Amino acid sequence: MSNQSPSVAVQELVKRFGDFVAVDRISFEARPGEVIGFLGPNGAGKSTTIRMLCGLLRPTEGKAWVAGIDVAREPERVRQRIGYMSQKFSLYNDLRVIENIQFFAALYRIPASQLRERVTWVLEMAGLTGRESALTGTLPAGWKQRLALGCAVLHRPSILFLDEPTSGVDPVSRRHFWELIHQMAAEGVTVLVSTHYMDEAEYCHRLVLIFQGRIVASGSPLELKRRELSGDVVLVECDNLGLALDLLQKHPSVQDTAVFANALHLVVSEAAADMAPLRTYLSTRGVVVTKMEPIRPTLEDVFVSLTANQGRSGKE
Amino acid sequence: MRWHRLNAIARKEVIQIRRDIRSLLLIVAMPLLLMVAFGYGVSFDIKHIPVFVYDREGSQQSQDLLKHFQASEYFRVVQSVTSYSEVVEALDAGWCRVAVVIPSDFSEKLKTAEPVGVQALVDATDNNTANVSVGYSEAVIQSYNRKLQLEWLQSHGQITLQPAVSVDARTWFNEDLESTANIVPGVVAIVMAVIGSFLTSLTIAREWERGTMEQLVSTPVTPLEVMIGKLVPYFVIGLFDTALCAGIGIWWFHVPFRGQWSVFVFSSTLFLTVVLSLGYLISVVAKSQLAASQAALIATFLPAFLLSGFIYPIDQMPAVIQLITHLIPARYFMTISRDVFLKGTSIDLIFDELLALAIFAFLLTFLATRAFHKKLS
Repeated sequence: MSNQSPSVAVQELVKRFGDFVAVDRISFEARPGEVIGFLGPNGAGKSTTIRMLCGLLRPTEGKAWVAGIDVAREPERVRQRIGYMSQKFSLYNDLRVIENIQFFAALYRIPASQLRERVTWVLEMAGLTGRESALTGTLPAGWKQRLALGCAVLHRPSILFLDEPTSGVDPVSRRHFWELIHQMAAEGVTVLVSTHYMDEAEYCHRLVLIFQGRIVASGSPLELKRRELSGDVVLVECDNLGLALDLLQKHPSVQDTAVFANALHLVVSEAAADMAPLRTYLSTRGVVVTKMEPIRPTLEDVFVSLTANQGRSGKE
Repeated sequence: MRWHRLNAIARKEVIQIRRDIRSLLLIVAMPLLLMVAFGYGVSFDIKHIPVFVYDREGSQQSQDLLKHFQASEYFRVVQSVTSYSEVVEALDAGWCRVAVVIPSDFSEKLKTAEPVGVQALVDATDNNTANVSVGYSEAVIQSYNRKLQLEWLQSHGQITLQPAVSVDARTWFNEDLESTANIVPGVVAIVMAVIGSFLTSLTIAREWERGTMEQLVSTPVTPLEVMIGKLVPYFVIGLFDTALCAGIGIWWFHVPFRGQWSVFVFSSTLFLTVVLSLGYLISVVAKSQLAASQAALIATFLPAFLLSGFIYPIDQMPAVIQLITHLIPARYFMTISRDVFLKGTSIDLIFDELLALAIFAFLLTFLATRAFHKKLS
């Protein structure tokens, strides 16, 4: 397939489970070499979308082409061209590392002439050289995750679907994992990855923000931050967080509020002009403000702001 | 279907079975346990029925009759009592199943050639044993009668007279009327049904439960490849267990094997295909190993035990139940196993049963692959 045509094209995809609409008319495209992040809270419909694109779940409505193949019509042909890593670790814990690799290599029918090279490559990539005969179940989470990635890319798929690949993995392993993803993208692999880690979203070329089954925004992390936030973000640290939150939500110049650990993030139209009146507003009502400063917006701010516009707070 | 992927699934399954001590134990222990439990535990032979005797006369002749009871291997005279109330008490307490009461005018009536009755009181709480006891009692009296008549004829200087008609019974296929000969080939069928479906019932459910199915189905492998790949190792295990059971039957329980091995192996193969696919179907539908294994046991063990003709002859069942038995695959193999073991039946005589099994095999395989497809979407 040419570099111009999309690796993944999705049109008005819908998945209903009874009355529940898990995925609601999602459309997007992904090009070769792109790393696309699906961002959203649990239950937003990220996994459902990925599973439909892998041919594991039949869409209720809409169309999806993966590597130019209609997924609903020919799921079997799609599967030879994609790699998939599910949310839950799903290799065989009672098989040795090498046995898992050989098993999936056989399922993907990797020719004997390439087998040795591919196995070596996977072991190196996953940092498991020398641990071939370890039982998979005994490996630490980060290693398992890399082995799962290795087994998913054994057959050099042109498209890779990763469903929350780094959940439960330590930060160092997560970083290493993302380096691997970027290496593959650089080689032309399209990567669709879902995550609810906002910091990981920054690694993606393009983000698709999903909330309650719908795409609420999409674009590069930078674009999203610029476009979706009309104002500035101000950080507030004070003694009575609950009271401050109540007060600020009633204030006309505050567009949005969110609690981040022990601080509040406010979205205001212009930080320079709005900060002083807000400080007075709070202190006259008995809140001791220890810190108030403009900050660079994070994706989380964008996400909170977007989901708040949908009529409900997306952050617990 | 690709041989390559089928092979990969089968090899993976073998590795998993080898590493799982429980399944290894099950493969060997379950047939042994069932064979021993049924081989020894289930017996339809009624012998050594405990008997109380109340001889009201105490003559030479009455004692002679009682000796006949004693000599029979079907009866065991436990005690001789001297009052009617003791007889009642013994029956009430279950010390005996039969009480024989000889009247006080026994020898006198015999002398005058008057008909004389000997009372047999039978505990009929177990109607089957009671029926058999009555039959045996009659047989004992019968033989005593013949002896008397013979003596009478001889004492009157007449030559011995043969009865006009007599039953000349030859028991075929199980000459010694041993119930183990009937039971053991049946147990082989039951063990195969239970083990076959039990082992495979776990295989797919385990993949659902552990989440490995998700990765498996994202590969180009097809449902048919998964099914055949997974069933092949269990098929080999099933054949091993069949041989084990048959071996125990032949060499330990001394059940004759008169048929051709090829016929037995061929029909076992067919029956195994049926039970393995049944277990597989259950496994696809159930999502947990526990639910799957229980369903497999209930779906195979009870029908195979009760409705296959193992214990209760099918032709003695009510018509409706007889119809239902046609849905029990074990029914057909039960017939085949007994026929091949005891009668040495050739393949053309069990054609109907083999055909029924083939239909089951085809149907269940089809349903299992369909259920797999459905489950995924």
